[in-house]
Amino acid sequence: MVRLMRRDRASRSAMVAAPLLALGAAVLVSLILFAALGKPAGVALHALLIRPFASWYSFSEVLLKAAPLMLIAQGLAIGFRANVFNIGAEGQFVMGAVAASALPVLGGDPSGPWVMPLMLGAGMAGGLAWAGLAAFARDRFGASEILVTLMQSLIAVQVLNYLLLGPWKDPRGFNFPVSVMFPDAALLPILLPGTRTNVLLVFALLASVLAWVLMRHRLTGFQLLVGGLAPGAARYAGIAPRRAVWLSLGLGGLAAGLAGAGEVMGPLGQLQRSVAAGYGYAAIVVAYVGGLNPLGIVVAAVAISAVYIGGDAATVSAGLPVPAVEVFQGLLLAFYLVAFVLVRYRIARMPGPATRAATPRRGGRPRTFDGPVPSAADGGP
Amino acid sequence: MPAPLLSLHGVTKRYGPVLANDAVDLDVAAGSIHAVLGENGAGKSTLMKLIAGVERPDAGRIEWDGAPVAPSSPAQAQRMGVGIVFQHFALFETLSVVQNVALVIPGRQADLARRIRDTGDRFGLPVNPDAMVHRLSVGERQRVEIIRCLMLDPRLLILDEPTSVLPPQAIPPLFDTLRGMRDRGMALLFISHKLGEIRDLCDTATILRGGRVVDRVDPRDRTPTELAQAMIGRDMPPRVRAVPRMPGTVRLSLEGVTWDNPDPFGTSLSDVSLGVRSGEVVGIAGISGNGQAEMAAILSGEVTLDRADAVTLMGRPAGRTGAADRRRAGLAFVPEDRLGRGAVPDMSLSDNTLLTAHGHGLTWRGFLRHARERAMTSAIIANNDVRTPSAATEAGALSGGNLQKFVMGREIALAPDVLVVAQPTWGVDVAAAAAIRARLIALRDAGCAVLVISEEIEELFEICDRMHVLHHGRLSPSLTTADVTPTDVGRHMIGAA
Repeated sequence: MVRLMRRDRASRSAMVAAPLLALGAAVLVSLILFAALGKPAGVALHALLIRPFASWYSFSEVLLKAAPLMLIAQGLAIGFRANVFNIGAEGQFVMGAVAASALPVLGGDPSGPWVMPLMLGAGMAGGLAWAGLAAFARDRFGASEILVTLMQSLIAVQVLNYLLLGPWKDPRGFNFPVSVMFPDAALLPILLPGTRTNVLLVFALLASVLAWVLMRHRLTGFQLLVGGLAPGAARYAGIAPRRAVWLSLGLGGLAAGLAGAGEVMGPLGQLQRSVAAGYGYAAIVVAYVGGLNPLGIVVAAVAISAVYIGGDAATVSAGLPVPAVEVFQGLLLAFYLVAFVLVRYRIARMPGPATRAATPRRGGRPRTFDGPVPSAADGGP
Repeated sequence: MPAPLLSLHGVTKRYGPVLANDAVDLDVAAGSIHAVLGENGAGKSTLMKLIAGVERPDAGRIEWDGAPVAPSSPAQAQRMGVGIVFQHFALFETLSVVQNVALVIPGRQADLARRIRDTGDRFGLPVNPDAMVHRLSVGERQRVEIIRCLMLDPRLLILDEPTSVLPPQAIPPLFDTLRGMRDRGMALLFISHKLGEIRDLCDTATILRGGRVVDRVDPRDRTPTELAQAMIGRDMPPRVRAVPRMPGTVRLSLEGVTWDNPDPFGTSLSDVSLGVRSGEVVGIAGISGNGQAEMAAILSGEVTLDRADAVTLMGRPAGRTGAADRRRAGLAFVPEDRLGRGAVPDMSLSDNTLLTAHGHGLTWRGFLRHARERAMTSAIIANNDVRTPSAATEAGALSGGNLQKFVMGREIALAPDVLVVAQPTWGVDVAAAAAIRARLIALRDAGCAVLVISEEIEELFEICDRMHVLHHGRLSPSLTTADVTPTDVGRHMIGAA
């Protein structure tokens, strides 16, 4: 029987080498795959890996996509560390976009300096309210926030469809399911001249700093961590679990809502069905690839965004089919996760399955990573 | 002397930097009861695991019946004839006795039930094969474990601290059973740190200290003091006796607490009342599982009650007050499970200080003051002889005893008005246990109200002014320590009073 044993300490060089090794392995497998497809493997890999960084413009596109990923992931990571699993950032993102769009859609042609803050605020409120429903369900009825937020995402997309196919459809939009184009006052300022990268990137970096301060330097963040790592210790110290639920879902919803507002106020410039492009789900990956660590998430957001931009480029320049690009992205992620586990755990060969009576495994020294073992009750509560 | 059944030569086992067993030689003869004596962390458990095939030695050899063996799994050791009775039982509470046995021993349940009765009769271990395990007392559960081992016909039976869970009255019958096994030619390895029992029962003792064999003696020829000296390598620390003094006002009380445990295998409390005054130590004796955990959780605020005046803390009703607010009102609490409750295993000791001490100047407007956190942690480490590389070490990396010292030290450092401690010296070596008891008494002398929940009767007799016994969720009347004997307390422990 082979088992994973937790290393006493993860080495720093291994932590740096892990992503590089994962990249190397993914490239190797993809080379074979692309060759088998009869596509120019060299061109494809160049598009996938080099192109996102090859020009200032394509890098600015990476940053444009990285901003919402970073913002959402920072919010989610707080909850994940507190054992509150908000899987429905996609829904909160969409509701943020919807709420932010209300003003330009319903308010005629608003102008003035108050338009933008109002819309951003509305976006945050939309995400917060949507996540708040899940927090209420968990707090009041003990409903799993994983299921509730996930199902809410599906509802949010239907709400979006309903609005765009009905009341919010642009009357002069040739019956396309899109809202009116937003006025200039409703668009986020461009951060890097000549590109589409807007100030949402600044908000995302700011959120990263705030997340770092919260988790490293605030008692509240510490208590969230305790709740996630050792619920028994949290109860012992009198840390209320419902506070973690509200705070985690609230911050997650707030960040996702702001990102949703940024999407319609930035690259889209109107409310469209394509706003639900999966940022909320990709951000979960970003949060975990970043090790749920604020700095790691900044790096991961840029890296994963580059993978997406590179994938788009590869379909065009190397004629790769979209599924092949997705396979490459999946390989990269899978190899990364394997490498990441091996940084923290080592593979050990164990003697054959032991008779339970002679070896009751009780929370012993080596932290094993295999499935749950039927634990014999120890007598007494 | 006949050739030994089990023989260890220069057996060495290393865990990272820790040498758990260092060139241990051990001979166990058939028809004898052999004690392995040592403090916590002396290497007793490791040695047992090597014999049982749970771990493999790094060096040295093991001989069985004169032939070299290398048991690589517990199943193999079992086939060889080694049986082990663990300190904490490996029984499923939701199954019956015979079903638990059937998990290990093949056969039809009716046959097994008959064999369980036969084995029980032969060795003086009466047990009902059809009883559900969760209904059994601790002593009965131990009997099930022993019978299950005996049904495999072991030639060597290892018993790990078998008396630690038993009330005093249950110990002599167990010893009679063990002597009966010896007379039938079995070899017994009796692992303990209780000197009296070893002198009573064993004919040979191997004393371990720091992973090495320091002495081999006939325990019947030595005084307890000599054995203790050999075990800890120096004189026993002097006992601090509590000097009687006038207690002050009641700081913590329970008034007629009746609590239905939602856990079907937990214990419910019925009509529990007690009061702890400033300047006294009150003990709660009894075997774990009789409501101790429930009572501790109700006192700490981890479980709140519907009735506010069921719990009074510092003169105010606190039954509906949560754990954090009770701490603010001056309560400190050391739970019996240190890892995962008293401390977060994956966090540093500094962060674990913060866990309960954040109200003591470690924050400013919600911001953490990391420097103060580290300073307070270093002080706790130094004052309580916590052996750790640094304050940044994760709590999970500390040994149980060291973590216990840390959690105790942290709660004492909060200068509480009321301190509730469950099992204050579990897993702690003799010297550290004495130090902890001395600190509890110092706290009491400074006016703190101290409640100690402990399975160790000797400990309660040493430090308590008064004690109650908790049995099946009911609390005995208050017993003044000076007026009662351990046997009196033992009667309450088995509900015979």
